[in-house]
Amino acid sequence: MNPAQGPIFNTEEHAQELTILERVWRHPRGIFGWLSFTTHQAIGMRYIVTAFIFLLAGGIEALLMRTQLAFPNNTFLGPDRYNEIFTTHGTTMMFLFAVPVMEGMAVYLVPLMLGTRNVAFPRLNAFGYWMYLGGCLFLYWGVFTNTAPDIGWFAYPPLSGPEFSPGKRPDFWAQMITFTEVSAMCVAAEIIATIFKMRAPGMSLNRIPMYCWSMLVQSFMVIFAMPAIMIASSMLLSDRTVSTHFVNPAEGGDPLMFQHVFWFFGHPEVYIIFIPALGMVSSIVISSSRRQVFGYTAIVLSLIATGFIGFGLWVHHMFATGLPQIGEAYFTAASMMIAITSGVQIFCWIATLWTGRLRMTAAMYFVFGFIAIFVLGGLTGVVLASVPLDLQVHDTYFVVAHFHYVLIGGALFPLFGAFHHWFPKMTGQMIDEKLGKITFWILFMGFNLTFFPMHILGLKGMPRRVYTYPPDMGWAAASGLATVGAFVIAIGGLLFIANVLWSRKHGKLAGNNPWDADSLEWAAASPPKNYNFAYLPAVTSRYPLWVAPEDQVIVTGLRNDRREVLVTTLMDAEPHHRYVLPPPSIWPFLTAVAVTIGFAGSVFNAWYITWGSILSGICFIGWFWPRRPVELEP
Amino acid sequence: MTAEPMKPATLVSTILLLVLNGCAGHQQSAVDAAGPQAGRIETLFWFFLAILGAVFIIVMAAAAWTLTKRHRGIEQEPLERTHLPPPQTETRLTRVVTIATIATVVILFVLLVSSIVTGKGMAEFANSKNPMVIEVTGWQWWWQVRYQNSDPQQVLDTANEIHIPVGRPVMIRGTSQDVIHSFWVPNLHGKRDLIPSRITTEWIEADHPGVFRGQCAEFCGLQHAHMSVWVVAEPGDKFQAWFNSQLQPAPAPTDPVLQRGQQVFLNYACVYCHTIRGTTAAGQNGPDLTHFGTRQGLAANTLPNSMGNLGGWIVNPQSVKPGNHMATIAVNPDDLQPLLQYLQSLK
Amino acid sequence: MKFGIVKIAICCFVFILGGCQREHRDIQPSPTRLAIYGDAARESPLRPGGPVQPQAVVANPYNGSAYDISEGQRLFNWYNCSGCHANGGGGIGPPLIKKEWIYGGEPANLFDTIVKGRPNGMPSWGGRIPEYQIWQIVAFIRSLNGEQPKSATASRQDTLQPNPQNLMSERGGGGATK
Repeated sequence: MNPAQGPIFNTEEHAQELTILERVWRHPRGIFGWLSFTTHQAIGMRYIVTAFIFLLAGGIEALLMRTQLAFPNNTFLGPDRYNEIFTTHGTTMMFLFAVPVMEGMAVYLVPLMLGTRNVAFPRLNAFGYWMYLGGCLFLYWGVFTNTAPDIGWFAYPPLSGPEFSPGKRPDFWAQMITFTEVSAMCVAAEIIATIFKMRAPGMSLNRIPMYCWSMLVQSFMVIFAMPAIMIASSMLLSDRTVSTHFVNPAEGGDPLMFQHVFWFFGHPEVYIIFIPALGMVSSIVISSSRRQVFGYTAIVLSLIATGFIGFGLWVHHMFATGLPQIGEAYFTAASMMIAITSGVQIFCWIATLWTGRLRMTAAMYFVFGFIAIFVLGGLTGVVLASVPLDLQVHDTYFVVAHFHYVLIGGALFPLFGAFHHWFPKMTGQMIDEKLGKITFWILFMGFNLTFFPMHILGLKGMPRRVYTYPPDMGWAAASGLATVGAFVIAIGGLLFIANVLWSRKHGKLAGNNPWDADSLEWAAASPPKNYNFAYLPAVTSRYPLWVAPEDQVIVTGLRNDRREVLVTTLMDAEPHHRYVLPPPSIWPFLTAVAVTIGFAGSVFNAWYITWGSILSGICFIGWFWPRRPVELEP
Repeated sequence: MTAEPMKPATLVSTILLLVLNGCAGHQQSAVDAAGPQAGRIETLFWFFLAILGAVFIIVMAAAAWTLTKRHRGIEQEPLERTHLPPPQTETRLTRVVTIATIATVVILFVLLVSSIVTGKGMAEFANSKNPMVIEVTGWQWWWQVRYQNSDPQQVLDTANEIHIPVGRPVMIRGTSQDVIHSFWVPNLHGKRDLIPSRITTEWIEADHPGVFRGQCAEFCGLQHAHMSVWVVAEPGDKFQAWFNSQLQPAPAPTDPVLQRGQQVFLNYACVYCHTIRGTTAAGQNGPDLTHFGTRQGLAANTLPNSMGNLGGWIVNPQSVKPGNHMATIAVNPDDLQPLLQYLQSLK
Repeated sequence: MKFGIVKIAICCFVFILGGCQREHRDIQPSPTRLAIYGDAARESPLRPGGPVQPQAVVANPYNGSAYDISEGQRLFNWYNCSGCHANGGGGIGPPLIKKEWIYGGEPANLFDTIVKGRPNGMPSWGGRIPEYQIWQIVAFIRSLNGEQPKSATASRQDTLQPNPQNLMSERGGGGATK
């Protein structure tokens, strides 16, 4: 069953093969070597760790806001600081945490699940990470120099325009978008190419693990949605820096156009964040209920449908700007349709759990938490889809409650479940299950304590993005409760970090497949070697570790003395040709530095575009200078 | 140790809370309607809440059922080698999931239709005869209000406080002077964005007298939190009396202290921004103060209108509402008292 | 390695300082600083009563601050400076985009000019509008001449009509009846 077992593996020849693989896939040494890593595990882990640091930053910002809002007329933060912090919180969570962490998980897991050695374009992958890091540092450079954006994560003009936002604050927001979008596009291209062309032989489209399906849909959504936000932020940036008039109504521009373009990205963005989480839920449900998932086809079709419908309902963020009746009806219907596709998936998971042999791991706790919170958030989403109701609750705390229910419930809880589920694979050690369950309860209770009262606040008329409120509005009790809840969540977060650190030190050794799970990543060593699999497996079913012939077929004929992988056909994953992946290189890092100089400098002076382009051009020449594939000396 | 049994309890307590809240009669509540528009929305909301609440309870019960003993007790019993339950189980599951999906579609369709019908009902207001037209312009961070009329003598300018007659449809035409704002009086209707260079409209009507609070709902900068408006619904004759008195220019002061106060107002920078009809003060950048003494609040209703608050506001507006556009003017201490008395006398 | 860390620390510090003045927002200007003006600058070194005492240079507290330059621009219109000086090109009053100033173009000179007024039409604003607003207007006027950092100056204005209600209807022009 397990491709890493069997008599063949005890021979001398095998040991020799492994040594060669080790040497070919070895990480380069030294600082420059460290900057040149291209293996997907290393890059994926960097994404995850960086994103987690920014989750902490965003969390601290949230605590600051909740402290300010704990009492009416509080003066803990002034309006200026508060506006900076709430904008930075939203921007950080969306662009520097949620999307990158999902990408990082995918970069780490997808090649393992597909049974290959690396992603399709390892250097692009490294470049994407460095661009993301550049965006993080850029935004937080602004934060620490009092240049944090203070216009909301949506940056509506004219408020974000040159007249009403003097200084450089919105420019930092707009340019940070460019960084993270470059990074997201790199990963999306990566994931699509990997899933389409580098699957294990026999893994036809209808056998792809559910998580890979979700990443495939998400990557396509990234490719279609992200250009919209790049256009929006670039219009804003050029309005601000070189006096264009894209959104200036006095010169024929239109502030509403910005909103349309922004939300054409902004709504799919939500799905970009939570579709990977749905894939994680599927993986955890399958392995914890120990049965094949019920309704594979239905779930996959729902994912794809979500990907399409997700692009057709952005206007429900703009109902208050006034729409003709027919437009309202259309966007209401489209927004409600999303509930069908989400519903089908929830039903299929519950059916799977019903008939499975449930094992209540910590990850499974998070999945149950996900179902409870996400369903509630989805139902309030139906409220928001209705135009009349939306006119009342739009831009109130009801909406704040809603999207925290769908994003924390729909993405963060599955993500924490995924951390507990794949921790053994990533580190080779078990994470403490008991502590994990306690973490879950604290997070779950803290979460509901924080965000449930916000529904009521919204119905009682409390608008969003206010830095304070008068005492006689009847908002103080619920608001204070939310603040208490926020600190409970913080305790849960600290407990999780403690658990990770403790388990890294004292955790039991996990072995390859501690959960007796079904997919190929559990056939690799824990933590995986740089080359993932000593012998690339071929698969014959959707659940290769569960339903496999007695004699596991492996791929032979690949050269081990260079970074060679197998490329398979799109539909049926039949072996097509061999493909040599490039060796590690410093050029992606240098290119990212050059692009960063161009992007960051252009906020202050348009000439930096030129200097940045020249530098990046030089770096690209270095990057793409033709070389022979590096082969090992015999 | 199950999460799910807790859920319905949470929901019930929420509903109770909401109901209690609805009875409390808040001045800025979406679930305490004071007019037909907000009333329609409120009815729709309770309808949605009932249906969605039921859906939530059913789904949670279904999820919780997986945690019952029946499933966990036989934990050790392995599934078939293929990890697949027998085919008849799968057929049964298919049936259940299909029914659930169809039910979802039907429920959503019902909600969709009810939402559209409500929307249509609200839009019919646009056909109402004899409406009153009030133009609202958002400024950072206050509301400019103009009662429009075909007779120029009957056009009224005021700010931050809107009076409407009970039972008469009112058309709010909105735009903005600077950034995007959103006009929202939850007891009367949902919100409508005020967008520079565009005009948006909204129809409101109050069905009983009362004072309702509204607040800007679109983030508009530093003092977004302190941009509220009072809507006072009054019976027709009372409204007419208010309207007629507001139309008058400010009376010329006869009391020497008030006369001094007027001189102070006209000598300081006040006149660059504020208008008092009947005097030479005709600034266009701040709220019209012709009948300031009749208003309930000051600084876009950040503070109740009283002599003490007004003094604090004039002496240091930036401590009350940091970043707002009212200048901190060093008013001579001897001048302050007459100025305050004069402003309060503008009835 | 150690040297690298020090260097990075210095760079960070420089960056922090760089952002400071540009993004400084004095949204609660202290009322205590009001109305201390008069000798911010002198028109002439010739004075009765002997040689001039060397005088401390009065600096604009809002020099290089983007927020205050933008506030100055708003006030320039609100206080109707634009009525005479147009958008800096001059009209009834002299232009403000120039190198040669009659009464000096340094911040202190401009401040003095606004406070005291000048013959032939420039009114005196001292005592009417607060000192911090005068400094904001000075900062804006300096920006017209490129005397402010480019990074702190708005690239353009969203020029709208002075009163948007003109856009809806002229006074009394609405079709609705009461």
